[in-house]
Amino acid sequence: MAFWNRKWTRDAFWMVVSFGALIGLWAGIVWLFETPSYLLPGPGEVLGSGRDNWLQMIPHSGWTILSVLAGYLLAVVVGVPLAIIVVSSQTLERILYPPMVATQSIPKIALAPLFVVWFGFGMFPKVAVAFLICFFPIVVDTIVGLRSIDPALVQLARSMGAPPRRIFLRLRLPGALPSMFGGLKVGSALAVVGALTGEFIGSDNGLGYLLLSAAGELDTALLFAILFLLSLLAMAFFYAIEILERLMIPWHVSQRTHSG
Amino acid sequence: MTPAARASESVAVPEARRDGATSFIEIEAIGKTFVGQDGEPVVALEGLDLCVRRGEFVTIVGPSGCGKSTLLSLVAGLLEATAGEIRIGGTRVAEPYTDLGFVFQSDLLLDWRTVTGNVLLPCVMRGLDESAHADRAHELLASVGLEGFEGKRPFELSGGMRQRVALCRALLLDPPMLLMDEPFGALDALTREQMQVDLQTIWHRTQKTVLFVTHSISEAVFLSDRVIVMTPRPGAIRAILDVDLERPRDLNVHDTPRFTGIVHEIRLMFQEMGVISR
Repeated sequence: MAFWNRKWTRDAFWMVVSFGALIGLWAGIVWLFETPSYLLPGPGEVLGSGRDNWLQMIPHSGWTILSVLAGYLLAVVVGVPLAIIVVSSQTLERILYPPMVATQSIPKIALAPLFVVWFGFGMFPKVAVAFLICFFPIVVDTIVGLRSIDPALVQLARSMGAPPRRIFLRLRLPGALPSMFGGLKVGSALAVVGALTGEFIGSDNGLGYLLLSAAGELDTALLFAILFLLSLLAMAFFYAIEILERLMIPWHVSQRTHSG
Repeated sequence: MTPAARASESVAVPEARRDGATSFIEIEAIGKTFVGQDGEPVVALEGLDLCVRRGEFVTIVGPSGCGKSTLLSLVAGLLEATAGEIRIGGTRVAEPYTDLGFVFQSDLLLDWRTVTGNVLLPCVMRGLDESAHADRAHELLASVGLEGFEGKRPFELSGGMRQRVALCRALLLDPPMLLMDEPFGALDALTREQMQVDLQTIWHRTQKTVLFVTHSISEAVFLSDRVIVMTPRPGAIRAILDVDLERPRDLNVHDTPRFTGIVHEIRLMFQEMGVISR
């Protein structure tokens, strides 16, 4: 059956099966042990809470999405040029790389209270933590990608009379894309963690804030509903980057789906 | 005594100089010293003289680290010599010399370009119009038996096919000379022999001047008009042998006494130099 033989169809089928089994197990445990709903609400209860509170959840997730995207885009806009600078000059590498590594040794989550002191409540601390936490993998993987060019390819290009700028744009940069996307994907997951941390510590909006207030009221069903929404958002973000990767580097080994 | 044996005993340099008038590539007292990892100077090449005639197929064979690849880079103007000079067509090489085709051991095909796109790389690197050379690229691909593969991606091709694409890329702008740095070194033995035959055919058709580097004695003898035997580091010329086997050669030439004689002679030289054991 052609439909069944599609890799995509089969993957989707097994995903539904495994998630269905997990939810069944969950409902079974709640029913069997009669757990109180402030400890472990059943799937139906969580779904109900999501239905009752969606008017509240939508604007809060809007704030979270906004700070995740802002921090992430900032990290890309700052990180990629910085990687290019580090790769193109040994002196600048010596100046820039050690402080970059040093900032990574600080747990960035621990910086959030400081940002609140400096910048007060609101968007900025969230964006700053999201930025800091996803900045490093993006820079490092871009550097690795830019460095991975075969020296013989540079020789070949020079023997064809290519100026350095053209070697960079036509050979080094496209060759770095697979590694860059590795960093972008890791960064996409981390940016969500960063924004949530910012919301825990210094914000009166966003899903992180809503999560804390639900926990304060022992509204565990809402807490679960928010958790599901959060993981859906993080997954959507991750897959958006992956789709972008597929569009931009269809030629790369990791994208070759036909299995011979 | 075979003619080849006689050639090996004469000191090669003055003989090469004598026909300097028709020389295309003139390498004169070239030397190259690198600064090694430990800061100590490493002499890669020392006082090397060589002249290559227009249309000649010359192969350099020698142990690893004898400066063969360095020599090719110097000829292409990608490295600066620390002594001596190189002239191509009478003009001193002082910057990258671009009127040549370079083929490396690795095919260096770009995964993000099609087969045709890879053959057209010299256009991209020079800022020339790709579409103006597309017909030429297709002709070249057809001439090496790759018609129908124009739109494929490099990863869909076998190692031998990939190296053919690399050869087409080198030939795209019809340069008068080819520099080949162990181009068949990564191929399996059967593919390698086929590639040698095909390269000979291309050479006959196009009359290119070829400077070819290899580790394989039999490959050198099969392909060349002259074989340059190099000493271990610092690289210098141990001997130059004329290969007076009739052309075009087919693979059965490997079994002729003359062929095996020359191969044997070169092997003896390497044994003498302690490069390989007896």
